[in-house]
Amino acid sequence: MAKEYETVIGLEVHVELATETKIFCGCSTAFGDRPNSHTCPICLGMPGTLPVLNRKVLEYAVSVGLAVNCSILRFCRFDRKNYFYPDNPQNYQISQLYLPICRDGYVEIELPGKPKENAGVQEPSSARTKRIGIHEIHMEEDAGKLTHDEESDCTLVDYNRAGVPLIEIVSRPDMSTAQEVIAYLEKLRRIIQYLGASDCKLQEGSMRADVNLSVRERGTEKLGTRTEMKNLCSFRAVTKAIESERARQIALLEAGERVVQETRRWDEGRECSYSMRTKEDASDYRYFPDPDLAPVRISEEYLERIRAKQPEFDWEKRRRYREEYGLPEYDIGIITDSRQMAELFEAVTALGSEPKKVSNWLMGETLRLLKEKGMDPEEIRFSPEHLAKLIALAEHKRITSAVAKEIFEVMFTEDVDPEEYMTEKGLGMVGGQDAMRSAAQKAIRENPRSVQDYLGGKEKAIGYLVGQAMKATGGRADPIGLRSLLQELLQQKVDEA
Amino acid sequence: MNPLTLSAVELGRAIREGRTTAVEAMRAVLEQVEEKESSLNCYITLDKEEALERAQEVQKGIEAGRLLGPLAGVPMAVKDNLCTKGIRTTCASRMLGCFVPPYSADAVLGLERAGAVLVGKTNLDEFAMGSTTETSFYGPTHNPWNPDHVPGGSSGGSAAAVAAGECFFALGSDTGGSVRQPAAHCGVVGMKPTYGRVSRYGLVAYASSLDQVGPICRNVEDCAAVLELIAGAVPASDSTYVGSRVGQEQPWTGFPAGEGHRVASGGLSASLKRDVKGMRIGLPGDYLGEGLDGEVRDALLGAAELLREEGAVVEDFELGLAEYAVPAYYTVACAEASSNLERFDGIKYGYRAGNGGGDLHRMYKKTRSEGFGAEVKRRIMLGGFVLSSGYYGAYYLKALKVKAMIKGAFDKAFSRYDCILGPVAPSPAPRLGESLKDPLKMYLGDAYTVSVNLAGLPAVSVPCGTSRTGLPIGLQLIGDCFQERKLLQVAYTYEQCRKIRESAPDSVRREGCGKG
Repeated sequence: MAKEYETVIGLEVHVELATETKIFCGCSTAFGDRPNSHTCPICLGMPGTLPVLNRKVLEYAVSVGLAVNCSILRFCRFDRKNYFYPDNPQNYQISQLYLPICRDGYVEIELPGKPKENAGVQEPSSARTKRIGIHEIHMEEDAGKLTHDEESDCTLVDYNRAGVPLIEIVSRPDMSTAQEVIAYLEKLRRIIQYLGASDCKLQEGSMRADVNLSVRERGTEKLGTRTEMKNLCSFRAVTKAIESERARQIALLEAGERVVQETRRWDEGRECSYSMRTKEDASDYRYFPDPDLAPVRISEEYLERIRAKQPEFDWEKRRRYREEYGLPEYDIGIITDSRQMAELFEAVTALGSEPKKVSNWLMGETLRLLKEKGMDPEEIRFSPEHLAKLIALAEHKRITSAVAKEIFEVMFTEDVDPEEYMTEKGLGMVGGQDAMRSAAQKAIRENPRSVQDYLGGKEKAIGYLVGQAMKATGGRADPIGLRSLLQELLQQKVDEA
Repeated sequence: MNPLTLSAVELGRAIREGRTTAVEAMRAVLEQVEEKESSLNCYITLDKEEALERAQEVQKGIEAGRLLGPLAGVPMAVKDNLCTKGIRTTCASRMLGCFVPPYSADAVLGLERAGAVLVGKTNLDEFAMGSTTETSFYGPTHNPWNPDHVPGGSSGGSAAAVAAGECFFALGSDTGGSVRQPAAHCGVVGMKPTYGRVSRYGLVAYASSLDQVGPICRNVEDCAAVLELIAGAVPASDSTYVGSRVGQEQPWTGFPAGEGHRVASGGLSASLKRDVKGMRIGLPGDYLGEGLDGEVRDALLGAAELLREEGAVVEDFELGLAEYAVPAYYTVACAEASSNLERFDGIKYGYRAGNGGGDLHRMYKKTRSEGFGAEVKRRIMLGGFVLSSGYYGAYYLKALKVKAMIKGAFDKAFSRYDCILGPVAPSPAPRLGESLKDPLKMYLGDAYTVSVNLAGLPAVSVPCGTSRTGLPIGLQLIGDCFQERKLLQVAYTYEQCRKIRESAPDSVRREGCGKG
């Protein structure tokens, strides 16, 4: 009889903080520059240099901790993790082991479940929530990057990343499926992006998730032996790795073998993992409090200041949008997914535009263009005023919807004033009866076949005529007005006949 | 005039008044170097041409009115574990034999901005680990009073250079007595300021929580003048004291806290008073018992008597915990050292032994085996052991607890006393080679100095006599945190009164040296 297994998953999530400068020196954290161009004696670990904590790092760590319901330690310290490897110029990493900045928090994740019967339209009651515990959050420095140069058979070191600030968010082993893991990561990503503490991109490494996974027979209490999976660079990789590791461990147990406690590396191309090191060859890091850094004491006033600066989070916005704007749940979900999008929505709405119209522009054209150009919502350049103006122009039938989209595309890249652009380019709607009439007449004159079809009872044929007439106005006529004018003119033909 | 007869402050004044120049002073020092270096070996790196050029440059600044400080133009020596921009900084180790830092230590910068002129970099025990300056890769330094004896350590090169007139004052570093003890053995004044009083930036770390930069000088007044230029708030480092604290005496005058540059006002040295009337001085019985040389004890008791005659209340008391100081110190210091010295791995700078056949860890091992001397390796291994999993609690944490208790014992003492008087070292300077045979004995020789570092206190070592064999003996005055002014006042009073008495008829000696 086949046994039934359940999976137990905990996550260690590293998030690179969006500070201008490194955690312990004044070097830039800019990404992608010439190797070792953002270094100084401090982040190169030269003798006699001393670190000083970047205040912004502490502020971000505390703000994330508060957002995920952690208690903030009033007295925390940095510890040294000692290991010999060239990616760390001091041969120790400054991290926090004994007294990390945040402890004991949680987040609520939403999971699509079975739809409830008689579920109301407004309530997202088909979703169920689950609480994922957070064991701790600590601050630490990133390491440099090693590259092997085949040509010279040398390993090269780039210390631009050395000293870039990270927080590590350690969850409790509260997850049991890949779906929950993704929901948890999405939740963290949104919170941290809302705080502006990081852009949280798995692909670019500004968010890195290590998956600790074990399996046990359903119904048993005791946790199985876990493995830690590294190098997961996309949500897809996370999902695949969880499935693969679960299967691997179950297969071992079924075959009567043991799971070995080890760190494994996910190979995204081959979709499998291999062992990096086992617990037996794990080194002794000889952690001890870093005597170069003063302990951090956090006052109630400091916490109050951070609390006061916390943004309205997505779950708070969602509740408010439901009540204030009455938007469909789908729209709310998409708009609140990023803080920039939500704030843009609120700003445009505040200028008097109808919420649903704003939402349509954001979910439709804006998302389309973002996707097309491979941009993130943070990179949106057009101003809320201009979108509000564009909506008003379309609303008052001063431009056609086709022209509105055309203008929007220019506005999206250059943030032009839609009204000025319309005037400058002569895109205003052709509203004069004479111009419309002559365009309609031209379409009738030049397309006798379609006229014939229409008159013969094929009502759909009018569509073609509307299109042709529209073309004659340069696309600037009100299509509904044009249609009724054509109908009128054709009716006259019937009457005349 | 012969500049060598002057103290640093006197020389500075003579230069300001145009009676001599920075260049003349440097020449005088270099003549001493020429004459004595071959037998003393105070310096590791010294370029006479460059030293003279620096003196010429400073002299121009003085004449142009840009350099007005009390030590402008005065030749100084710097211990070779303090980084000097563009000048090799070896830590007396093969490991850093070719290391030229692109930055200077804050303490060095403070003095250079005020116009002090670097002579060269002085010898020390490798990475400041030792009490005799014999563990240097560049050979031992000899005691100017008797070249068969060590100068003490680890700042032995600095102390010997000051005593031999090879500079007017020097910087050292003190982790467990490394400024005070060689000063005592060489008959000069050495001060370890309160932990955090002087920026450690640019001091190659031995034990970060104990290290402190300090001056070694011909007298207490010079010491005050140097301290003033190296103390203060430097925003670049986290363990430097930046302002006054609630419940503490006014921390300093002479320059505003929080400014990166230093104002050379001469406030501290100028305000030194010869006055200890009513001051309460504790004499810890734990420091006078077994292990202390009789001559040293007698000299110390003589000093206590002198201070009493000057109006101080000198009282015997038990400090407590004295026997735990050395083990706690070596545990904490070695633990920190094992981590601080990890960066010397042959990858980025310094010594590198081959490439280990392409194997990274073999390269590390070879580099560190060849680059470090025996004493450094002993301390790294000891430190790695006390931090290793399973022993951390039993050794390192226990030592931190002892450290806190020792601080508590001093706090209790300072609730009753203005300062504490004790020995610096158990005996005058040992002979060369004696200590290397028995490292444990050498460690125990630090018994009177290490607790000061564990508690973060300021302390100063002042000459108080000579042994029958003609070697200097020093006494140690220990003050409460950030009480350097009071501490220096006691040291200054003692020094002045002793000088007067030694050159005065018997009647004066009996009645004290009069009004301050």
